Amino acid sequence: MDFEDTPQEAAFRAEVHAWLADNAKPARSDRGDDLGLGDSRDVMAAAKAWQAKKAVKGYARIAWPKEAGGLGGTAIQQVIYNQEEAKFDVADTRMFAIGLGMCIPTLMAYASKDVGARYVAPALAGEEIWCQLFSEPAAGSDVAGLRTRAGKDGADWIVSGQKIWTSGAHFSDYGLLLARTDFDAPKHKGLTMFFLSMRSPGVEIRPIRQASGGANFNEVFFTDVRIPDTQRLGEVGQGWTVALTTLMHERLAVGGGLGGGLDVKELLTLARELELEDGPALKNAHVRERIADWYVRSAGLKYTTYRTMTALSRGQQPGPEASIAKIVVANKLQELCAFAMELEGEAGTLKGEDAPAHGVFQLGWMSAPGLRIAGGTDEILRNIIAERVLGLPPDIRVDKDMPFNKVPGAR
Amino acid sequence: MNFDFSEDQKLLREQARKLLADKCPPRGVRAVLEGAAGYDAPLWKSIAEMGWLGTAIPEVYGGLGLGALELCVIAEELGRVLAPVPFSSTICQFVQALLLAGSEEQKQRLLPEIVSGAVIGTFARVEAPGGVAPRSIRASFRAGRLSGSKTAVADGMEAHFAVALVRTSEEAGERGLSLSLVDLHSKGVQRQKLDSIDPSRKHAQLTFDHVAAELLGPVGEGWEIARQVLDRAAVLMAFEQVGGADACLAMATDYARTRHAFGRAIGSFQAIKHKLADIYIGNELARSNAYYGAWALSTNARELPLSAAAARISATQAFDFAANESVQVHGGIGFTWEADCHLFQKRARELALALGPQRVWKDRLVTELERSNAA
Repeated sequence: MDFEDTPQEAAFRAEVHAWLADNAKPARSDRGDDLGLGDSRDVMAAAKAWQAKKAVKGYARIAWPKEAGGLGGTAIQQVIYNQEEAKFDVADTRMFAIGLGMCIPTLMAYASKDVGARYVAPALAGEEIWCQLFSEPAAGSDVAGLRTRAGKDGADWIVSGQKIWTSGAHFSDYGLLLARTDFDAPKHKGLTMFFLSMRSPGVEIRPIRQASGGANFNEVFFTDVRIPDTQRLGEVGQGWTVALTTLMHERLAVGGGLGGGLDVKELLTLARELELEDGPALKNAHVRERIADWYVRSAGLKYTTYRTMTALSRGQQPGPEASIAKIVVANKLQELCAFAMELEGEAGTLKGEDAPAHGVFQLGWMSAPGLRIAGGTDEILRNIIAERVLGLPPDIRVDKDMPFNKVPGAR
Repeated sequence: MNFDFSEDQKLLREQARKLLADKCPPRGVRAVLEGAAGYDAPLWKSIAEMGWLGTAIPEVYGGLGLGALELCVIAEELGRVLAPVPFSSTICQFVQALLLAGSEEQKQRLLPEIVSGAVIGTFARVEAPGGVAPRSIRASFRAGRLSGSKTAVADGMEAHFAVALVRTSEEAGERGLSLSLVDLHSKGVQRQKLDSIDPSRKHAQLTFDHVAAELLGPVGEGWEIARQVLDRAAVLMAFEQVGGADACLAMATDYARTRHAFGRAIGSFQAIKHKLADIYIGNELARSNAYYGAWALSTNARELPLSAAAARISATQAFDFAANESVQVHGGIGFTWEADCHLFQKRARELALALGPQRVWKDRLVTELERSNAA
């Protein structure tokens, strides 16, 4: 057991640090926007520029092979890069995470070499952004119950239906689409995966205003949208298998990228500055106990990630145990922010620049419910842990073997 | 970065798990719990023969001279089977005090005897219910004689030696305190067995009446050395707790898979699944915090106090939660004497209190955070 860099790791750290120092300014201490998908023109331009710079160097995806535009490095090197990048004030590139973390790996696994070559490089350089079109109004946690219809028409498919909760659809160039091609088959067996241009005729994108005030995700409507069969990924009817590849990557992408949010450090700063009824908040025994509770969850998660990374660097597959990260982070965020607002007293009800600490805790508190739901709800993730890690029997699913068009409520 | 145990250490774990599954079945724990013996002597002997007691004791004192990580591996396996032996008193506390503060002569005299299993030691700090602060330590050591009393001393009936936190002057604060090494077979020592929630690890009251004793470490540094002993013990015993918590999860998961109600295995109900998933999450966080503590302990890193507090808090919460919810998953049978659930529940609580309660460790953790932030 060794937390220190190996000589090779230290050399890599020095190398990326030097590159970052040449290409970015040191970090500032302010925070990002809610759910982290800023989409103003400036933010987007800055993100694309930074992503392009990283791509040239191979830093956009360190663990990808060189021929795919990565660095051919290890998972540990990716962690080292992330740690070093966090020390600099660089553009927020989370808008590329869904594409690079989920869609493109799916494409790489299922598309032909030529098709893959066409899309991978532009995505890596931030020139083309991807979104994931899985969830529907009637198919959220039960995503295999989706109803968007894809019917064959010569060499094309014609798609009609509606997707929802599509993060970043409004600035995406391409989408990974899961649709139903056979309504007579049981629900998992009638699905097929496609990708399409988000500018295809018949695609309409409507932003959804979130309870937190932002609008990072969308409804996407499909009206007789034509998709060539060459944009099918995997066999007809094998869409669920393909989707599992995407979802496996989703757990890694979502779980891995949550470390940078509000945490104990910010709470400590607040507690140091605030005066309570009996003196400085940081001297209050109750406050100290709560800080310790959240600290051990944060630290535990951080070192769990290190254990996962150690396994990855040995070539082992990360299992569903990565699912614990989001449950822990999202719930901690919600509790910690509410507690910080309590410390602020009546002024905790204020928001933005009118609130203490620039309103970061209010913003976190308003965003947290979304984080507990996005990318798998707390409940779905607990099911995954229980069934795939602990080996408990699956839920009894009454619609599992039934033709989809006989399932109550589905047609 | 390599955040895992080595292949050799994993081999040691397998070996320990195999041996303990054989030599420490639940009925062995029950025999101590229900009997008069303070510990399972044949098991202690086997552990000594395996060399485990000397795992992290230098070879010059008869030990194996391996590192703290190997000791963590052993502690986890002992925790998994609730081993009713004075390991945490002797190895995690008494030996740590000796290694930290003992003179060469003291180490040469006692450590080989500990390695062989002949000597059991304990660490006696507490004198009364409530908080342990410098002013609450009244046991006094003057001119080579120890007087006073210590309560809730783990393995106090069985121990041959104790390291006691004692007052050597009336100076206020920490500076009035030192550590004293005392042979518990000396004239003037009285022991009284105390009833406790977990009699598979028995506790005693020790009373000293002008007992001949010796100093351990420099005068006036007892409080600080005790704190370092507690940090080391916190990491090692966090592994004991993580082992116990894992056993609870395994037990509850097995039961949920096999117990049927309403025509299906109860483990197929989400109310049960989510409970077990939450235990799993708590256990994994605790394990990771313990690993970090183990690294800090094995490298004597300056993060040791912070990581020890985090390991202890995390493991205490995980074991308590796992033990309590394991009873709940078992339902009525979980509340019977016959089922093993209560053995774990009691040990979880015993360990939660053994090195001082949560509030003390949480305060210590935040103090360390303040310090590291200031630096």
